[in-house]
Amino acid sequence: MDNKTKNKKLNMQKLLAPLALVILYIFFAIVGNNFFSVDTFKTILESAYFVGFLAFGVTFVIITGGIDLSIGTVMMCAALIGGVSYSSWGFPLWLALILILVVGTLFGLLNGVLVSRLKLPPFIATLGTYSISQGLGSIITKVQTQRYPTVGTEDAWFKSVFFSYKKFPVGALYLIAFFLLAAFLLNKTRFGRYTFAIGSNEESARLSGVNVEKWKTLVYMVSGLFAGIAGVFYAVTYTTVIPGTGNGQEMNAIAGVVIGGTSMSGGSGTMAGTLIGVFIMSVLKNGLLAAGLEAQWQTFFTGVVVIAAVLLDIYRNKVANKA
Amino acid sequence: MKQDVWMRMTDIQKYFPGVHALDGVHFEVKSGEVMALVGENGAGKSTLMKILTGIYQKDEGKILIEGKEVEFANPGMAQKMGISIVHQELNLMGDLTVAENIYIGRESRKGIVLQKGEQNAKAKALLDSLNLDIKPNEIVKKLTVAKQQMVEIAKALSFENTKLLILDEPSAALTDTEIQELFRFIRDMKERGVGIVYISHRMDELLEITDRITVMRDGQYVGLLNTAETTMDEIVSMMVGRVIYEDPKTASRVSPDSEVILEAKHLCSREVKDVSFALRKGEILGFAGLMGAGRTETARLVCGADKKDSGEVFVKGQKVDIRKPEDAVKHGIGYLSEDRKRYGLCLGLSVTENIALPSLQQVTGAVINKEKLNKIAADYVKQLQIKTPGVNTVVRSLSGGNQQKVVIAKWLLRDCDVLIFDEPTRGIDVGAKSEIYKLMNELADEGKSIIMISSELPELLRMSDRIIVMCEGKVTGEIDIAEASQENIMQLATSR
Repeated sequence: MDNKTKNKKLNMQKLLAPLALVILYIFFAIVGNNFFSVDTFKTILESAYFVGFLAFGVTFVIITGGIDLSIGTVMMCAALIGGVSYSSWGFPLWLALILILVVGTLFGLLNGVLVSRLKLPPFIATLGTYSISQGLGSIITKVQTQRYPTVGTEDAWFKSVFFSYKKFPVGALYLIAFFLLAAFLLNKTRFGRYTFAIGSNEESARLSGVNVEKWKTLVYMVSGLFAGIAGVFYAVTYTTVIPGTGNGQEMNAIAGVVIGGTSMSGGSGTMAGTLIGVFIMSVLKNGLLAAGLEAQWQTFFTGVVVIAAVLLDIYRNKVANKA
Repeated sequence: MKQDVWMRMTDIQKYFPGVHALDGVHFEVKSGEVMALVGENGAGKSTLMKILTGIYQKDEGKILIEGKEVEFANPGMAQKMGISIVHQELNLMGDLTVAENIYIGRESRKGIVLQKGEQNAKAKALLDSLNLDIKPNEIVKKLTVAKQQMVEIAKALSFENTKLLILDEPSAALTDTEIQELFRFIRDMKERGVGIVYISHRMDELLEITDRITVMRDGQYVGLLNTAETTMDEIVSMMVGRVIYEDPKTASRVSPDSEVILEAKHLCSREVKDVSFALRKGEILGFAGLMGAGRTETARLVCGADKKDSGEVFVKGQKVDIRKPEDAVKHGIGYLSEDRKRYGLCLGLSVTENIALPSLQQVTGAVINKEKLNKIAADYVKQLQIKTPGVNTVVRSLSGGNQQKVVIAKWLLRDCDVLIFDEPTRGIDVGAKSEIYKLMNELADEGKSIIMISSELPELLRMSDRIIVMCEGKVTGEIDIAEASQENIMQLATSR
């Protein structure tokens, strides 16, 4: 009896974030201009792509108790290098896309080595690679804007394979597929369970015979790989990639993770939470636009939502612990 | 000598949602007496003390102070009536000075300007009056743990009117000499007419320092004993409702020529000086010594937690290269740390996840089968009688004894042949202690080899087949259990 009510309470907690998402959506449907439409729904999906991939990757890092500040600029750097390889080095598009993933993963490896082998605090290590990746992107492109194929140009398949095909938002399929993959990794593999163990008590995991250095390095590499995937979807979303931009995207991704209930101190979090967190941000962004408020209001309200979400989380935990 | 009852609690009732936490508890303290409060974890000692200090409010019953009924709605009110508590964990700010710690929140100041000189003088007067050799401007973290404890107590007494001082497990982190220092201090307090509540799991201390003993069990008042007229066995059986201690071993169960499972030769590090020993199959090998003798450090070298400068480790006669814990685990050596919460468990994860952590690779394939893990965990919960609502319960919410069992289960699942128990019963109540002892004996009987590091000599004498004594990083002696006594161990453990 007691246990059942407790379970119900837990389920209520889990429902809170999706509920907030639905309420937010209905709210903007009433307040916003033309918000409740297929087109807007598609826009909401589409603007969640690259932030979503960034957020999936960094969720792993945050659950270990670390942080990856470099994901936004690594995403841009990878997309820029991919662009150069496609337009200047004569790479075929498919190879350029693979290069994007490789660049992302390599930056992840660098972060992983800095954090787990050289024992740099994750904040410092990734603050460093944040600048390095942004700088490197500009250096390799010689500060030239990179263009990816769009509708009506050569290699037009890029858009239809990754973004939308006959008005169908193909990208959403990738988002779902990678969400499932990330959730699988987190819940059903040793990699995921060690991620939680390291975040909960790193020393205890080490003494249990877990090769913490190796798994932590892998966690950062996964984060880097997801930044690479985000790079592909940034390129397909905007088709022009401008050197020197992209900073701030990591904060949007981290905000999504935090709104989704993952603890910044590590040891707990869910991929589903992250997905919902990302969509809350996306609904907010498009909803405010529909309500006639400009981009600066989105920035403003993102901050409000992050603080509100974490406050709510703290309060929820307090209530849960009291019971 | 006729003393007055300064504080009396009668028929205290306290309910938490779904739990009747305190059921008709009586408790009293006279001025100038040391009253022990004992009971297993979960017996309701802390709840009772939280009611006495105004942190919780009672649902029924009375609190009388000097015969007058009082109500404590918050901790401030209890403080005003002269009741102070020193919690089990030290709550000092290590980087501040002694005086700053004592008067935190009540600093001497003129306007917004702090009067450090005045405050230090005040602190010095206080420390002097307590006969403490501590300077007010010393940085707290540079003091020994015992001195820090004294600072905590001085802080509690700095509220001028303290008439009742509650000490919650004050000796848990202290060495034997430091405990004597604490006792001298407590006797001093008694002479001043301060009543003291002393909470501890260590029976020998209770017999030494307390005047009377209140025993609680399962939220109920069990009885009141005069310390002078009771025995350890009587207290313990009142606490757990049954007689539990096994008799000390008189002879080793392992013959000197049975197989050597683990052998360490000439281990060296900064704290460990040329330590060699051999552990036989089915043996419980005790490691005795004072704090800082290098026992934990030796264990950490064997299990790869720290890097050794030199030395060799042999498992079943084969030389093995252990550089990190992973290597030791692979060779079947499991280390159960003295600090379970920091080194033994992932407190925020479930029972299943903790038990399965070292064995994920062995137990499940590339894809984790949660049902299988839960089933395995449930088996261990049953086998070791771990008291938990379920295998998905977060281990943080388990009691110390049950947490220790989770750690044991974790190494049993990993199929370790060598288990290194470092202070296995620290912070565990008496009932659970005897269960841990029983479990260790059973494991040894099944052929597991056990190293047991303990600072409690009675425990070592009860459990070990052989005892190695260390002092200042060196092995100073090896005693068969048939010849071992507290006296000859202590002689080897103290430096010459």
